[in-house]
Amino acid sequence: MKRVLMRWLALLALAATLQGCATVAQPDPRDPLESMNRTVFGFNDAVDRAVLKPVATAYKKTLPSWTRTGINNFFANLDDVWAVVNSALTLRGQAFGDSVGRVMVNTTLGLGGLIDVASDLNIDKHKATFNTTLGRWGVGAGPYVVLPLLGPFTLREVAALPVDRQGNLVNQVADEGTRTGLTLVDMVDTRSTYLDSEGVVNGAALDRYSFIRDSYLQRQRYQVYDGNPPDEDPQEP
Amino acid sequence: MLSKRGFLGLTGSLVLVAGAAFTPFAHAEDEAPDAMIKRLSVDVLDTIKADKTYRTGDLTKIVSLVDTRIMPNVNFQRMTASAVGPGWRQATPEQQKRLQDEFKILLVRTYAGALAQVSDQTIAMKPLRAAPEDKEVIVRTEIKGKSDPIQLDYRLEKTPGVGAGWKIYNLNVLGVWLVETYRSQFAQQINAKGVDGLIDALAEQNKANAKKG
Repeated sequence: MKRVLMRWLALLALAATLQGCATVAQPDPRDPLESMNRTVFGFNDAVDRAVLKPVATAYKKTLPSWTRTGINNFFANLDDVWAVVNSALTLRGQAFGDSVGRVMVNTTLGLGGLIDVASDLNIDKHKATFNTTLGRWGVGAGPYVVLPLLGPFTLREVAALPVDRQGNLVNQVADEGTRTGLTLVDMVDTRSTYLDSEGVVNGAALDRYSFIRDSYLQRQRYQVYDGNPPDEDPQEP
Repeated sequence: MLSKRGFLGLTGSLVLVAGAAFTPFAHAEDEAPDAMIKRLSVDVLDTIKADKTYRTGDLTKIVSLVDTRIMPNVNFQRMTASAVGPGWRQATPEQQKRLQDEFKILLVRTYAGALAQVSDQTIAMKPLRAAPEDKEVIVRTEIKGKSDPIQLDYRLEKTPGVGAGWKIYNLNVLGVWLVETYRSQFAQQINAKGVDGLIDALAEQNKANAKKG
């Protein structure tokens, strides 16, 4: 799997170079790799249309909604476990307490995470990964990069990726088959939750690439600042 | 029985109260910004919940709901100008009007689709952090339903005596400001093909969206 990925990367790097680095008229300072990113973005889109989207659509059609909610909750509970660690690393007392509470309630009463009892009890969810931890420690987001098959990232996220992967309990499963299976289910499930909103993006965007990039970078910043980023009032023309 | 004195006193107070109610205090009727957002949100959510025909997939009804209830409380010119950026000043009044019209169709149509998904959602207000003299405020809300809550924030400007006293000029969904998301897309078009190029691109997108139904 890894070797295949490397080969793709090499191929894409080559394609990008051969394109003679199609220059971008007005480069965005946050996106110096725009022309390469656009190539990868197009590639990801093609893969998505050919494989991931049809699978996710079938998944959504086949499985009843309560089953999908259960699967979604199961993976969300694993995210909460990782949020416990990262809230502790950034000394977020409230987020730490809430996340511990959520994991305990959902793992026991929620039958191993399948039912999100904690949300019914109004215990707030706090998303925290090693990427947000680095951001809260003061590491800048860095340039925007689109990775083959993986999608939009900031450079900081790429740096945090190995740690975040280890922090995902799915990757701690010893049996490789189970591990790959769980990862794939997580991927398809996540994709299926975007099926409705992508219609909105397709309708609303003049240029999907910039639309997704600008939303993504704002959202990243929002998460690092716990939903309260310092106000940057838009400049009036 | 009311004693005469008591009766006079009561009449006096009534006159006072009535007087207070009708004295033209400067914009005494203006609402607080968070109260206005709450009233609007509850109104729109309840209207959609009460009438199943809003969810049949035909967007015309939702679009007219957005037009009549929400748009009067939006400073759409400011929103468009801010998204267009420096190019706005180079545009003629005619171009500015067309930009607003096309941008409005684009937003209303695409986001009406999201409103058509409303089922059991309710709105929760977050505490307002603003001083009484502030001319611009952010109102933070959360839409709660079966799935994860959706943060929905609004930027409002004070418009004393006009409408409810406040107008929305930017909207934030899940941490993403709408105007900012359009800024580089619009700049791209203007840099490549000028203001008319942007108008054409918006009009084309609207045509394509209308075909999809």
